[in-house]
Amino acid sequence: MTDVPIPTLRQRLNDSDLWLSFKASPVTIVAAFTTLLIFVLAFFAPVFAPQDAFNPAALNLMDGFTHPMERGAGSNMLFLLGSDAQGRDMLSALFYGTRVSLIVGLCSVGFSMLLGISLGLLAGYLGGRVEQLIMRVADIQLSFPGILIALLIFGIARGIIPPNKHETTALFVIILAIGLSHWAQYARTVRASALVERNKDYVQAARLIGIRGLAIMARHILPNVMGPVLVIATINLALAVIEEATLSFFGVGMPVTQPSLGTLIRFGQQYLISGEWWILLFPALTIVILGLAINLLGDWLRDALNPKLR
Amino acid sequence: MFGYLIRSVLQAIVVMLAVAFIAFSMFRFVGDPVASIVGQDATLKDRQELADSLGLNDPLLVQFARFVGNAAQGDFGISYRQGRPVATLLRERLPATIELAVISAALALVLGLGLGIYTALRRDGWAANLVMSLSLIGVSLPTFLIGIGLIYFFGVVLRWLPTFGRGETVAFGWWTTGLLTESGRKSLILPVVTLGFYQLTLIMRLVRSEMLEVMRADYIRFARARGLTDGAINFKHALKNTMIPVVTITGLQLGSIVAFAITTETVFNWPGLGALFVKSVEVVDIPVMGAYLMFVGLIFVVVSLIVDMLYFLIDPRLRTGGAVPAK
Repeated sequence: MTDVPIPTLRQRLNDSDLWLSFKASPVTIVAAFTTLLIFVLAFFAPVFAPQDAFNPAALNLMDGFTHPMERGAGSNMLFLLGSDAQGRDMLSALFYGTRVSLIVGLCSVGFSMLLGISLGLLAGYLGGRVEQLIMRVADIQLSFPGILIALLIFGIARGIIPPNKHETTALFVIILAIGLSHWAQYARTVRASALVERNKDYVQAARLIGIRGLAIMARHILPNVMGPVLVIATINLALAVIEEATLSFFGVGMPVTQPSLGTLIRFGQQYLISGEWWILLFPALTIVILGLAINLLGDWLRDALNPKLR
Repeated sequence: MFGYLIRSVLQAIVVMLAVAFIAFSMFRFVGDPVASIVGQDATLKDRQELADSLGLNDPLLVQFARFVGNAAQGDFGISYRQGRPVATLLRERLPATIELAVISAALALVLGLGLGIYTALRRDGWAANLVMSLSLIGVSLPTFLIGIGLIYFFGVVLRWLPTFGRGETVAFGWWTTGLLTESGRKSLILPVVTLGFYQLTLIMRLVRSEMLEVMRADYIRFARARGLTDGAINFKHALKNTMIPVVTITGLQLGSIVAFAITTETVFNWPGLGALFVKSVEVVDIPVMGAYLMFVGLIFVVVSLIVDMLYFLIDPRLRTGGAVPAK
């Protein structure tokens, strides 16, 4: 028997269908690049932002309402995207705001994924009463729009947490609210796949050699149901960012001291009617571009992972 | 058929009880209902009396049964913030939401069906391609941004249409309508478009893909071979067979349109239930939140029941006691 060289991770990636279909789709490459750019600019906001936008000491009131591409009357600084009423550079506000939006989006997707996968695996592997209960709850929840569930959870959390802690806990409450409004989709998908995998030979074999149920679920079934989960997670990231923006736009999301893109849009709306359009336009465009790019990535991932389309 | 109907009704009741249980738990366990109603400086005796009159000292199951009984009679308690019965608050705002939701749903249904059939039949035409590209906007743009965009363009730049409120309304008993005055009708246009657009694109894309699927089936090719006219093939054979998934998903979508109206109502300052709900979340008015949840649940359950019954009209297999379609 001749030795077959074990391919390195890099070689495996180069030969994979995923990489091939990525290279073949210019739209996907643009979407991936845009997403990456937004992520980097947002997470390194303190490095790239021209101004420490949410530190009141860094603002100059004389710069208020500077038009895009003009210099501020007070500091003579160039405002690429204009400034708001307090002389805050919109470009910097955008970087910081996107960072908050992305943190909420990523954490809530992670949370709902964890919850949905665990419940889905339990339902699919155990069956019986547990399965019926979990799937019934998922059915009922899926029939209400996510924004309603998130608002409800937000309101309940507000009722439990004392008012003086509302501002410091807002980030966690929102992550919880959005995360809890999306778990059902993962649970459904994972359960459906787990039902199929449960009866396959490799699971029966694992059971025969005495591996416990929990280990079978986590080590053997889970890796085989991850494909669809990743697709849902990608598309849900866009949904979560939009849901957070909607909540903050309503005024029941991130507080003024830690604004997200939605909070910025809420501010901007006040000035839209009086003609200062740039305060609203740029945060809105950021959400649209981010949402579109992530959705395109999700579409690509779905097609690339779908064996029927190969 | 009778057994099938009874099962649907029983399921609806279970869902409603689950929703009522959530609303009840919110009222009972989030914050202290007594402190929320009487405020900080009530005497211990006052608190005791209120707790007794609310029945908070009874066993939980008794309390829940009373809660469901009261809700079934339209009594949802007193709003913490406004001090008025929740039922009155809901009734004042119900007409605005129903008017908005029904008109949007009708628009989404008619246009969604029509455009869906059109884009499926003229798959390669430029108009169909244009409609499909436009529908991408409806799927990917957040609703509140669509609303703001419409406000800016038609309200601020062109100054054609009002951008907030219902305009003048006419009252019939406790029902109010904006349909009979010009300002009322004008005020409806932008919110209806905002709310209906997303549903429209969903229905249209669904009808199109189902229709394309059916058109590939053998019996359609056979019908063509028999020399039937295009009209007969498209509408008698193809459309009818796309109806089951379309009715299911459309029904569920329209059932949740009242809840989707939360965003639209807030953007346009529409004095409906959704805007009331957002305000009650802001100030943690638990009885209003619970009542709204039950209201949305009720609408959803009723629409699902109607969808279940529609299957009988659409699917002849059910009437002869065949298989129940998978939802």
